[in-house]
Amino acid sequence: MKPRLGGASVVSEAGTPLCAEASFFNSLGGLRMNAADTAWMLVATALVLLMTPALGFFYGGLVRAKNALNTMMMSFAALGCVAMAWALAGYSLAFAPGSGWIGNLSRLFLHGVDLNPLGTIPHVLFMAYQGTFAIITAALISGAIVERMQFRAYLLFLTLWSLLVYAPIAHWVWGGGWLAKLGALDFAGGTVVHVNAGVAAVVAAVVLGPRKDYARQATLPHNVPFTLLGAGLLWFGWFGFNAGSALGANTTAALAFVNTMLAPAATLLAWTLLDLRRGGKATAVGGATAIVVGLVAVTPAAGYISPLSAILLGLVAALPSYFGVLWRPRTRLDDSLDVLAAHGVGGTIGAILTGVFAQKLWSGAANGLLYGEPRQVLVQIVAVASAAAYSAFATLVILKAIGLFMPLRVTDRTGEGLGLDVSQHGEEAYGTGEGAILVLPELVPPPVAAPAPAGERA
Amino acid sequence: MKLVVAVVRPEKLGEVLEALFRHEVRGLTISRVQGHGGETERVETYRGTTVKMELSEKVRLEIGVSDHFVEPTVRAILKAAHTGDVGDGKIFVLPVERVYRIRTGERDEAAVTPVG
Repeated sequence: MKPRLGGASVVSEAGTPLCAEASFFNSLGGLRMNAADTAWMLVATALVLLMTPALGFFYGGLVRAKNALNTMMMSFAALGCVAMAWALAGYSLAFAPGSGWIGNLSRLFLHGVDLNPLGTIPHVLFMAYQGTFAIITAALISGAIVERMQFRAYLLFLTLWSLLVYAPIAHWVWGGGWLAKLGALDFAGGTVVHVNAGVAAVVAAVVLGPRKDYARQATLPHNVPFTLLGAGLLWFGWFGFNAGSALGANTTAALAFVNTMLAPAATLLAWTLLDLRRGGKATAVGGATAIVVGLVAVTPAAGYISPLSAILLGLVAALPSYFGVLWRPRTRLDDSLDVLAAHGVGGTIGAILTGVFAQKLWSGAANGLLYGEPRQVLVQIVAVASAAAYSAFATLVILKAIGLFMPLRVTDRTGEGLGLDVSQHGEEAYGTGEGAILVLPELVPPPVAAPAPAGERA
Repeated sequence: MKLVVAVVRPEKLGEVLEALFRHEVRGLTISRVQGHGGETERVETYRGTTVKMELSEKVRLEIGVSDHFVEPTVRAILKAAHTGDVGDGKIFVLPVERVYRIRTGERDEAAVTPVG
């Protein structure tokens, strides 16, 4: 993301260097605010924010009815705690100048994040746009740990993970960190978002252990239309995710936008054909999964490759993820909603193919293997491997640390058996109200009443 | 012939069916029901409205069996549906006057014997 071209330093009006953030915008015209860019980025920010509720529907449809609310809340909760963590500290760790590994604390509590232009858009808008990425990345992990995690432990995990895992890796690639200097291409987050979340998901699934019914009883999707609705809304929001990563209303945004349409379309077609070949039936859950896989795969490549390359990338990306979702249920790895196959594998394939298909003619940024730069593939592999290694290690440490203070899992019978909607939230997704007895306000401890005049009391 | 009626936890249904099929009990009917035994009620809150849910979701199985199948059927359910907590359910064994298989018109023992 964020075209990295020229090397001139951007200087604030006061004459001091604005900060390392500005290095991304050197090609975008320095300090002149641009109304078109600002308008597009306002819309793009709203589009990416919508992806998190969309993910809630995608995941929510795939679980059993008794866990529908809990699964959807795992996405919605990120809108609260990750957004807060991002504004108060995460943005600084990711995008403030610092070392090659992590940003410093100069932007803590949004210090200096004001209405002055960063590139061609207001600095606050850039912060908000990046915040929507942090939110959905953390929420993606929840697909591996549905139907069994204590909600309070999950809230703590989300918050810590966004600060200690997402923010540093975002800094490596987008905040002027060491992968940026190495020349890794990650247009909108194949490595930072999808490889990162996919690997964290596997670690979380292993630390929590499988659901008690896993591989013993069928745990089927309770609402496939929800999953299709979620996939459709994710696609819609993803136009903001990928085309917005151009950080302006420009030709790169148009390229990323078109590739975001074509690559998932190719993946959907390929997946449908694979389904027809394997079982003779084109499945709906497969179609929804294919859309997400195609979107994930084109994410790192969106602004770097030609539309025809995007179609090829989409077709190729279907294969490893398709066989990944067939392989996983034969293992004891209860990555319940296949975050590894969709995001980890899809993100890895996308990141590597970015190094193959990147074409300077289209992006003005860099060439890949097919256009005379074989080294780019190696750089991409280094970026994926290092992000995966750090994500796995740090996720393990965070979960083990939380486990010292509170249980990570619900108890077997009153939690998993009854369902997490009732045990964690005290609500039902599809309650009929039969047998519900209203607890009248009097039964709740009453507020202290003013003493009545003594003569009126019997 | 007897009619075995069992009320079990919905999340135990999979295990119960598996146990029954393993004991070659193949003809049965199930229905989703709501009931109240000795369970502690669940409290749910929707905004300002707090309710106590007195009824719990259960699954009722109805199984017509010949006499010598009663014991294996009951034992399979007792074992598979057991968690040890209040709310595991009940099994009722009732006498049956007559049974007909609609397809063939067979009655009684012949009607509850699975088709080989």
